[in-house]
Formats: sequence, C-alpha cells, structure tokens
Amino acid sequence: MSIKEIFTSMDYGKAPESTDLAEQWYAGRDNKLLHFIGGEWQQPASGGFFDTSNPARGEVLARVADGDKEDTNRAVAAAAAAAPGWAALSGHQRARYLYAIARRVQRHSRLFAVLESLDNGKPIRESRDIDIPLVARHFYYHAGWAQVMESELPGYEPLGVVGQIIPWNFPLLMASWKVAPALAMGNTVVLKPAEFTSSTAVLLAQICEEVGLPRGVFNLLLGDGKAGAALVDHADVKKIAFTGSTEVGRILRKATAGTGKKLTLELGGKSPFIVYEDADLDSAVEGLVDAIWFNQGQVCCAGSRLLVQESVAETLLEKIKARMAKLVIGDSLDKGVDIGAVVDPVQLQTITNMVRLGEEEGGRVWQPECDLPEDGCFYPPTLLTDVQPSSTLAQEEIFGPVLVSMTFRTPSEAVALANNSRYGLAASIWTENINLALDVAPKLKAGSVWINCTNVFDAAAGFGGYRESGFGREGGKEGLYEYTRAAWEAGLHDQPLYPLVDQPGTDSDSDTVASIDRTAKLYIGGKQVRPDGGYSLVAHDALGSAVAEYPRGARKDIRDAVEAARKAEGWTKTTAHNRAQVLYFIAENLAARSEEFVRRIMQLSGKREADATVELELCISRIFTYAAMADKYDSAVHATPFRNVTLAMKEALGVIGIVAPEEAGFLGLISTVMPAIAMGNRVVVVPSQQYALLATDFYQVLDTSDLPDGTVNIVTGIQQELTIELAKHYDIEGLWYWGSAEGSKLVETEAAATMKRTWVNYGRYHDWEDSLQGEGEVFLRKATEIKNIWIPYGE
Amino acid sequence: MTNVLNLRQPGQTPDHGMDRNPGMEFTPELFNGLRINRSAVERRAATIAKRRSVKKDHQTAWLLKVITCMDLTTLAGDDTPGKVKRLCRKALQPVRKDILEGLGVADMDIHTGAVCVYHNLIETAVKELEGSGISVAAVSTGFPAGQISLPLKLSQVRASVEAGATEIDIVISRAKVLTGDWKGLYDEVKAYREACGDAHIKTILATGELATLTNVARASWVCMMAGADFIKTSTGKESVNATLPFSLVMVRAIREYHRLTGYKVGYKPAGGISKAKDAIAYLVLIKEELGNDWLNPQLFRFGASSLLGDVERQLEHRLTGSYSAQYRHPMG
Repeated sequence: MSIKEIFTSMDYGKAPESTDLAEQWYAGRDNKLLHFIGGEWQQPASGGFFDTSNPARGEVLARVADGDKEDTNRAVAAAAAAAPGWAALSGHQRARYLYAIARRVQRHSRLFAVLESLDNGKPIRESRDIDIPLVARHFYYHAGWAQVMESELPGYEPLGVVGQIIPWNFPLLMASWKVAPALAMGNTVVLKPAEFTSSTAVLLAQICEEVGLPRGVFNLLLGDGKAGAALVDHADVKKIAFTGSTEVGRILRKATAGTGKKLTLELGGKSPFIVYEDADLDSAVEGLVDAIWFNQGQVCCAGSRLLVQESVAETLLEKIKARMAKLVIGDSLDKGVDIGAVVDPVQLQTITNMVRLGEEEGGRVWQPECDLPEDGCFYPPTLLTDVQPSSTLAQEEIFGPVLVSMTFRTPSEAVALANNSRYGLAASIWTENINLALDVAPKLKAGSVWINCTNVFDAAAGFGGYRESGFGREGGKEGLYEYTRAAWEAGLHDQPLYPLVDQPGTDSDSDTVASIDRTAKLYIGGKQVRPDGGYSLVAHDALGSAVAEYPRGARKDIRDAVEAARKAEGWTKTTAHNRAQVLYFIAENLAARSEEFVRRIMQLSGKREADATVELELCISRIFTYAAMADKYDSAVHATPFRNVTLAMKEALGVIGIVAPEEAGFLGLISTVMPAIAMGNRVVVVPSQQYALLATDFYQVLDTSDLPDGTVNIVTGIQQELTIELAKHYDIEGLWYWGSAEGSKLVETEAAATMKRTWVNYGRYHDWEDSLQGEGEVFLRKATEIKNIWIPYGE
Repeated sequence: MTNVLNLRQPGQTPDHGMDRNPGMEFTPELFNGLRINRSAVERRAATIAKRRSVKKDHQTAWLLKVITCMDLTTLAGDDTPGKVKRLCRKALQPVRKDILEGLGVADMDIHTGAVCVYHNLIETAVKELEGSGISVAAVSTGFPAGQISLPLKLSQVRASVEAGATEIDIVISRAKVLTGDWKGLYDEVKAYREACGDAHIKTILATGELATLTNVARASWVCMMAGADFIKTSTGKESVNATLPFSLVMVRAIREYHRLTGYKVGYKPAGGISKAKDAIAYLVLIKEELGNDWLNPQLFRFGASSLLGDVERQLEHRLTGSYSAQYRHPMG
C-alpha cells in the first residue's frame, strides 16, 4: 500500500515485534528445554522430549524434557537438601537474591515478553505491559518480605520443600506468584510449569543460576501431568500450590488428603461483571474488554458473565458490539493486536463446542465481522445474549473470548445472580454510587472485587477464591501464611494430652443424681430439639458409670442445624461490637453458673475441684479473649501502586462445622467455637462425646446471653458419623476437625467435592491450656477469609 | 436515573453526512444523568496508544495526516504581521519540498488545516492564504479567560467574521459550568453560533478549569446542542491543556451526539501537544472511539504551535533513517 493510499485509508498496518533474540535464545539451548535441578541443567531420566509450539503460527519452538517420577524424585531430593541451608540464611540474604532476580527480570523484560507471546499466543502488548512488569513486581515485593520476615511474622517458620504446579495462561506470572513468596519465606521450590508453556520458566531458572541462587533452592521440573502427579505424591513435599482447573484441583485435594501437606488451590471461575444503570457505560465497556478479551478470555478470573440492569441493557449491548468490532485479532507478536491465538487446537475446539451449545440452549450469538488469520488457533470475540442462569454457558467456564449476558432489575437481584454460581473467584461492579458499590462488594462471594475496574492485580494484594474457585491467597501479607506455619505446630502432640488421670472422689454427689433426670437435647436454631432418629446415647462419668443420656444426632439433624445456621445471617452482618457484647455476656452468664459447670467438669473428667475450677476460669478467660478480638482483628488497606484503596477485608467464612476435640472437655469446645463466632461465623458443632453433657448444659448459657438463634447449633452424637455428614454437606463453608489422622483424612477427602475450607489436626493434638496452641491469631485467621476490594477514586 | 442513551431508539438515526450541526433544543435530560469515572477513563487513555502501533510507511502517512489536521497557531502578545506572514508561509509549505519528494508525496498538496491567530492579525493571514484552501481561524469572545460582557463577545465574533475569519474559536464562560448554569451556557453558545453565520464555530471548554470530567462531558453536550461545529479542549493558556482523558470524554460525547442526531461534530485538542508520537496517539484515539470518518480536517484539528517541528523531524527520519535536527527545518 502506498503512503497516499494509507493517507486515505488510515489503516494501522503491521507492527511485528522482532523474534530474533528469542530464536537465538532457543538456538543457544539447542532448541531443547531441560530440567533445572540442584543447580544443573539435567536431561530427562527417560530421555524423552515433546514439542512445544507457537499457537499463532503452528511452528515448533523447542523440544521439552518429558519429566517423570524419577526426575521428580531428583528435583525433590535437591530441594530437600537445599532447604535447611536456605531457611538458615538471614532474611536479608534471601532478600538480596530475590532482589537480584527482580532486577534481572526487568533487564531481560523484552526477551521474557517475546518468549511468552511466542509460546503461549498472548498478544505481545499484554506480556510486555502487564505480565512481565507484574513478575518483576512480585519479586521486588517479596524480596521485601524476606527482609522483614522475622519482625513482621514472628513465630512463623518455613515449611520446607514446596511443590508448585502452574497453568499455561500466565506462565511466568503464575511462576512468580508462587516462587517469590515461597523463597522469601525460606522454602525451597520444585516448580512444574504447564507442558504447553515451559519457555519462560526455563529463562527464569537461567536467571536463578545467573544470580547465584544456592543450588537446589529453585528447581524446575518440566513435563506433563505425570510429573505433576509425582510431585503431589512425593512424601518430602510439604506443600502443594496449584493453579488450574477445578477438576484437577479436586484430584489434588483428594490426593493430599490426610498427608498434612498444605494446599492452596486457585481454580476456575465464572466471574460476574455487574453494570448498574448509573455506571459510566463507556468505561464499563472498556472494563469488559479488559475482563473477557484479555488473554483471549483464558483467564481464571475473566469477567465472563455480564449482568446488566435492564434499564440500560440495550444501550450497553449496542456499545459492546461497537467496541467488539474494533478489536484486532491476529499474530500475537504484532504490537497492534488485541486478541491473539488461543493456546492450542483442543482449547479452540472446546470453545467452539461451548458456543454451539449456548446457541442450542437459546442464546443469541453475536460476533463482529473481523479478519481472522487463516492459520493458527484463533477464535473471534463473541457475545451471547438471551442467556439465562439455567443455561450451561452461564454456569460453566468457557476459557475463551466469549461473554454471556443477562439482565437484572434491582441491586439485590444482581447480587443474587452474581452469587448463583459454584465459583467465587472475582467480581466487577460498575456504578458511580459509592453507597451501592460498598453495599454490594461485601455481599459478593468473590475473593477479588473490582469496583469500576477489572482484572487489576498486584503483589501487595491477595488473590484467590471462594467455593469451587479454591482456597488460599496469593499476594499480600495474607499470601505469606500459605508458605509458613506457626512454630508451635511443631510442638503438637502425637497422643491426646488429656487422658483421664484422676479418679473422682468417693463422695456421693447429690447434684449428679439430680441431673440424671434432666433431658439433654440437641440445640438447633435456638431451640432444644429431640434428635430426628429418636435415639440416645449414654453419658458416663469418669468412673464409667452412666450419669445421663444425650441425643444421638444424625444426618437429618445435621441438615436442620446447617439450615438454621444458614438462616442466622444476622450474626454475620451485625457489628463486631455487638458480637463482642454477646460474647462477654456468655462469659458473664457462665461465670454465674460456675459452680454447676465445675461440678460437671469434675464429674465427667474426674478432675479435682481445683483443677476443674482452673479449666472453667480458663474457658471464661478465653471467651473474653475472643470477645476482645471481635472488634480488633482488623482489616487492612494494601499499598498497591495506583490511585485506589485496596481493602483487604476480613470476612467470616459463613457456616463452619466444628468437630470439637474429643479429649479436651469444656475447654476444647470453648476454644474452638468462640473464635469462630467472634469473627461472625455461624457454627454447627459436634461436641466431644465424653463431654457431651457440658455442651448440652452450655446451651442454656447461650440461651440467656442474647446470642441470636442459629448462631451456635449443637448436635451431639457419634463424632465420626456426624463428621462425614458435615464434610459432605454443600452448604458449609468451613470444617474444623480435631481428632485422629484417619478422621482428618476423611474430612479432607470428602471436602473435595465442595472445596470447603478445612482445618484438621492430622492426628496431632493441641495442648488446649497452652496459650499458643489453644488460642490466638491462627484461630481467627482460620475463621476468616480475606476479600480484596479494589476501589479506584478520583473525580 | 435517566440515562442519556435511553432517549433514542438504537440504530435508527439517519446520518447527515458532512452537514453542519444545526444544534437542538436545550434538553438537559440528555446530560444530567451523565457520570464519568475518572479512574476508568484514565486507564483507557493510558493504554489506548499502547494497543496500536503505527510504523514505517503507515507512520509517514499518519504524520502527513497530522499536518493536514493542524491549526498552526500563534497567540502571543508580541505577534506582529511579520510573524503571522511567516507562519502562513509555513502553513502553505509545512515540510521541506525535498523531504516530500523523497517520500513520494510531493503531489499530495500537504498543508495545514488552518492558521489560528488573534483578531488583529486576521487580515494579514487572510491575505497571505488567499486561494490556498487554508482557513483562517480567530480566537474570540474575550479569549482566553472570557471575562468580558456578552455584547462585547458577540461584537468580537462579528468583527472577526467580517475581517475574513472562516473559523471562530470561542471560549465558554467557565463560571456558567462551575455554577451549573447550563441553560445560560446554551444560550450564550447559541448566540455565538448565530453571530458566526457561515463561519464555523469551535467552542473552547477550557477543560483544565472545569474541575471534573463529568463537567467536561456536560459542557460538551451543551455546546453541541447549541450548534457547535467543533468542541475544543483548551486555550493553551490553562495550566492543564489537552490530555487524552479529556479527549476521551469529549469524543465519547461527540459519538453519542452523532448517534442521537446523525450530526458529526468535530474535535480539537489544543495546547501541550508537541510531539509527533503524542499526535499519533490522538489519531489512534479518534480512530478507535469515533472511526475513520473523523480523521480529516473537516472533523479533527490539532491546536498546536510547536508540534509541526517534531513532525518534520520525524518525516526526515523516515526518509533518511537518521534522526533529524531542528535547524534543518524552516521556521514558521
């Protein structure tokens, strides 16, 4: 085209990014990508390689080592050998390595960007302007945490060897999200990138080598799912961090169940993008471009579900279509391209099939007239209207440049539609009304809520999901706890600490006799109810004599208790001050009945009066502690690098099932239930069997303490039976279990279906009288989850 | 909340081609509900130019387009007929002939869109540019602050038109925006439009003094309703002049006005655009948000005095491959 013709047409023309240096880099490695294990580039044990190619052009870029179990064993062994030395370095020494990595990433930023776009197919603009700068930012930010770990996270220590498995959609970015905090906290790493996209991970390993990172601290294990599976199964791996599909996440939850491996899962999503009628609609349209046409829609937190208020729906859809017509689809290495290639032909076929299904189910498909390259894996930007919540495409993740849209009438209907999903990763809210925005944000089940913006990320803010989008947070201070453990955990005991040592005195106790006639019941929804099954169990005193009967709760009682807890939303919504008042009132009422409770403790535990009194006093003190913390376990504002408030809001999980420690008497019940309700959770507790009568006595205290109905529900019975019901229940957000190793495994296995947050003891027992093991910040953290709400401001 | 966009049926407004915008009744419900989100606008503005790349021959063609869309401007207290003559010759021959020949575009008759001067220099400019097809634009209505009476403003406009200016760049009363007197602003601009007669009217919002982007959007609407042919950001004398965020807000208003009425209103960013690269970013913004129809001097102008020098250097670089120097290009 001549200059004159261009002057008339005003076309952009091509603007290809040079790939020369990237090609030289591949050539310098003989077009073979090898494992980096123990500081050395290693051939695969099997000798096998597979191809990695550029999805936009279909060219093979390199051959990738096909890792297997043997390679995995080598990598884990190298990491394990390096772990003590790395953990023993000072924070400052670790910080210097991370800082050096950050600097090098910046210095080689263009090579990283080109490799990423070549390998993954994403537009060079995105890898250059978004992915790679964020990678450097993550290493800088976490270099800082390494520096100050000792003072900022006192009492926390590294886990050891961490296995990290990352996806192909943001290869290097996901690597940095995982590697930087792990190394900062003193762990050593085995990173397994996705088989489609290993290139930038190899360059990262090269940089680790260049900065002189001690051998074995960072190990790169290449290969496909079999290498990943071997990593997950390896006994010396203390933690698995995974980003990927919910399907695989569930497999990992089951595979690691009961092993004591820490697990974070960052999984799929179907994130809502809510546009209210008073929004800046043109800006909302641009938000959608960032939401669903970013990285070809292959983004776990893509705003793929548009919810628009009916009054502006037609207008907004028209604007969206006009904007879609401007999107440029083409070679990822062209600087003027908005949408590159999807990652591979399989993914292309999946997207195609999903859209066809959407059409069959009544959705109206709209695609702009646009030029698609003839070769390569390209899919046009697509809008489906007339999609209903019942449509498959409103529920299932597509992982492509496909937006589905629905309408709503009122703010609350928008919230209901937004939360009508198995996922809970992210959400975007568009309104110019701050009252509305800040009302809606906390109500959305999403780990990240973006107000008048979307898909913004930073190392200083946690990222992660609710529900089947997984658990754990990456980024921010909250993300550090995923790579550390409280030092006191090492001091947990292999056997229960509270065997019944003291035999009770020989005095006949008239109160004990009197209590036989009292009918203990379940406590559900603030009412004392008989068990659905109509069976009872016999409670024994410390001598083994029957002293009373208590209900044998079962499946349906758990159902009723969870329903009651679900309804008791008011407790979660009320102010922290009010919750504190109620907890103090509970303590007050308990103190008023201390004589009765001391006797009951003596009766069931065989403790002497003095010891029983100590236990009760400790219980009262512990209630005070959590009453105190109710309004002091504050949220934070993260310092993210643009003009906004990033609110790291601590939220109650919702409904938590608690299986109280069998051996730990009244103290065990109080120590577990109180932090949960202090943070605003509603609880279904299965008390200790031996101490069931203390729980049933306790509901009378609860009844007189202004605790709203359904906040605490007590279902006595056989712990193992009830634990399974809790673990399988879909409407419970968290499950805490203190019992055997087998029970812990069972809980984690059964919880995989719902991805509920579990906290189990793996058969390691707390000293509940100990101020570290029995109470404190960890309990509060487990009772909450952090939602990051991004609020840009400026008029 | 009434949204401006609900007052029309999508896609049913006929396009009026290049007909002048006649304006419309004062209809505050068209803009009362408008809310502009500054952070989101800034985010779009920050990425818009990074999303597109214009290289090689395309860059050359786009830079030539920049020149043809330029109101080559001098608005200084020490302007003299001599200075304005020099500027007019530059407008006629903005790029060295040998460069244009070397680029193979000597026959394209590249000249700036207009020359923009104060009232006193209109005559000089008209004489110098006679028969060239280059318009003479004059700033008016108590430029730059506009703090004189309405009758004086109107007589200024008439006098400038009489003196031969075919484009009048008026300044709006910022006070009317800041006090929410939208009807007063409408009446004022409508009166200017009438006083302009056949001369085209560009309304300068002085965006840097309007406090919020929402005010910028509403003022844009009021000016268009009152019959503006162009809406323009700045006088060049405010502390903040043309920016991409202001531009985004204004061109989106133009886009909506076009969808609503079928009339195309022109856009002129002015002040602070001195680099060729920045100018290309503006063209990208116009192309992305309004479309190719606006990429011509009938609907798009840069108000600039030093931009041309950088464009010349870039064009020479396109030709020779060597970075150019200012002294190699004739002064305007």
